[in-house]
Amino acid sequence: MSQTRSNPNAASVEIRDLRKSFGDQKVLNGITFIVSHGRTVAVLGRSGTGKSVLLKLLVGLQAPDSGSIRVAGEEITGLDPYALNRIRKQMGFLFQQAALYDSLTVAQNVAFPLRNTTLSENDRQEKVRELLSSVGLKEEHFAKMPAEISGGMQKRVGLARALALDPAILLLDEPTAGLDPISAAEIGNLITELKRRRGITAVVVTHDIQGAKTFSDTLVLLNDGHLVAQGTFDDLRKSKNEFAARFLGNGDHVSNGR
Amino acid sequence: MTGSISTLAPPAARPGGGKNDLKIVVVSVFEWFGELGIFCARLFRAFTSPYEVSELIHQCDETGSKSLPLVALAGAATGVVLSLQTRDSLIHFGAKSMLPAIIAYSVIKESGPVITGLIVSGRVGAGIGAELGSMRVTEQIDAMEVSAVDPFRFLVATRVLACVLMMPLLTLCADACAIVSGWIADTLAEPISLRHFLDNGFKGARFSDFIPPTLKTLGFGFIIGIVACFQGMRTSGGTEGVGRAATSSVVLSSLFVILADVIFVRLILMIYS
Ligand SMILES: Nc1ncnc2c1ncn2[C@@H]1O[C@H](COP(=O)(O)OP(=O)(O)OP(=O)(O)O)[C@@H](O)[C@H]1O
Ligand SMILES: [Mg+2]
Repeated sequence: MSQTRSNPNAASVEIRDLRKSFGDQKVLNGITFIVSHGRTVAVLGRSGTGKSVLLKLLVGLQAPDSGSIRVAGEEITGLDPYALNRIRKQMGFLFQQAALYDSLTVAQNVAFPLRNTTLSENDRQEKVRELLSSVGLKEEHFAKMPAEISGGMQKRVGLARALALDPAILLLDEPTAGLDPISAAEIGNLITELKRRRGITAVVVTHDIQGAKTFSDTLVLLNDGHLVAQGTFDDLRKSKNEFAARFLGNGDHVSNGR
Repeated sequence: MTGSISTLAPPAARPGGGKNDLKIVVVSVFEWFGELGIFCARLFRAFTSPYEVSELIHQCDETGSKSLPLVALAGAATGVVLSLQTRDSLIHFGAKSMLPAIIAYSVIKESGPVITGLIVSGRVGAGIGAELGSMRVTEQIDAMEVSAVDPFRFLVATRVLACVLMMPLLTLCADACAIVSGWIADTLAEPISLRHFLDNGFKGARFSDFIPPTLKTLGFGFIIGIVACFQGMRTSGGTEGVGRAATSSVVLSSLFVILADVIFVRLILMIYS
């Protein structure tokens, strides 16, 4: 991947007044935030507030009711599938449930996005091995089927698959959910490393507050379809916003509350 | 994306008066055809390079080779039944020497294609419906889309094309089995050599008698492939949805194969007479 750091738009994600509802249920109610190139934003919020929906909107899997999404400077709402594909080649996506292809082995899953690239078979295998070890998966699991590995391992394979095309933008839905603290920290380090080495831009949905604190530049806090607060971890923790303080476990607040 | 093939199910479960039910059914049938049309348009756009050759071969194996035993068996059974039944009637009319020709003509023109069509509808239609349906509900199809692999190209185009390519071959195989088993049944009743049987059966046959009925199975293959993929891709509602997708794939593709047969037969008769 050539570095395009000079262009501040290169891999930015801009969301403006995004709204989405399912039937009568309003899930997102005017969300606006910007992730500039090379930044990592952690999206936090209670279960069911629409974090996964937000990520799916970002990659064009669902269409918003209104609002604008600009990825690398290009508006993606209303794009046809072929134009979307072009943009998706720069994005890596990890599903909350991993969504591995259950008829392919672990290694084939990771190799799948590479199928239309010019890599030779050897390079491809080498790349797959590299990706899988970067997420901490042992060689003995490479030939297994997704049903034969644990949930946490599936999640890591999903992450390796998301990284296969060297994306400039990473969208991760709870990459550390269901992982033990050590593996979770390793994934956190991997994200930090990718950011440092490749200048990757990332939007990470997570419930792991310690993780979010270490790997993200800013936090975005959603509640009831609204963005209630954004800023660095310390900003939010100290903020007057009661929800933010409570969510991030501000000790003062808790004792005040008692 | 409404609930689909409740479309063709009896509207008993729906609330509202009888007249309203009818309206809902009519609207959803039109909706279904509209969406199918959009689906086809999207599919035709997907037939461009890079071609998914290895997946196509894999699918040909799934639809073709793996349906072969079943199709052959059904063909053979048809041949035997035809031979037994017709023989009786022909003796009655004193036209026993017509038996080989009647078997050959009816198998190649009608029974072979239709039986193959129905069997492939059942076996392959259910398979595709359930496979794509479960990939849909477990987000595997979404995952494919975000990997910038077009699921229409990788999943749908390969399956539809495999159905189209394999149907004529399977039909020929069913035809051959039916004729041979028809001969066996015949020769057991009254010995006749296979050579003689075939000479008799195909005496005076023209090209136009046998090619169009076999080519029409290309159309059957397309119907089966497209209906099953369509039902699979639009699956929603978890495991139950997958079951519905599989069932409706079979029901609709068999139905449309039979309806299409009526149209094809009419067309062939019009063109060749
Ligand atoms: N396809 C859909 N159809 C209807 N409603 C949906 C759909 N997808 C999501 N929703 C609704 O949108 C809301 C937000 O769902 P979402 O999956 O985004 O939550 P989340 O914030 O990711 O929660 P969690 O932290 O538990 O993963 C939920 O109330 C859900 O019912
Ligand atoms: Mg979620």
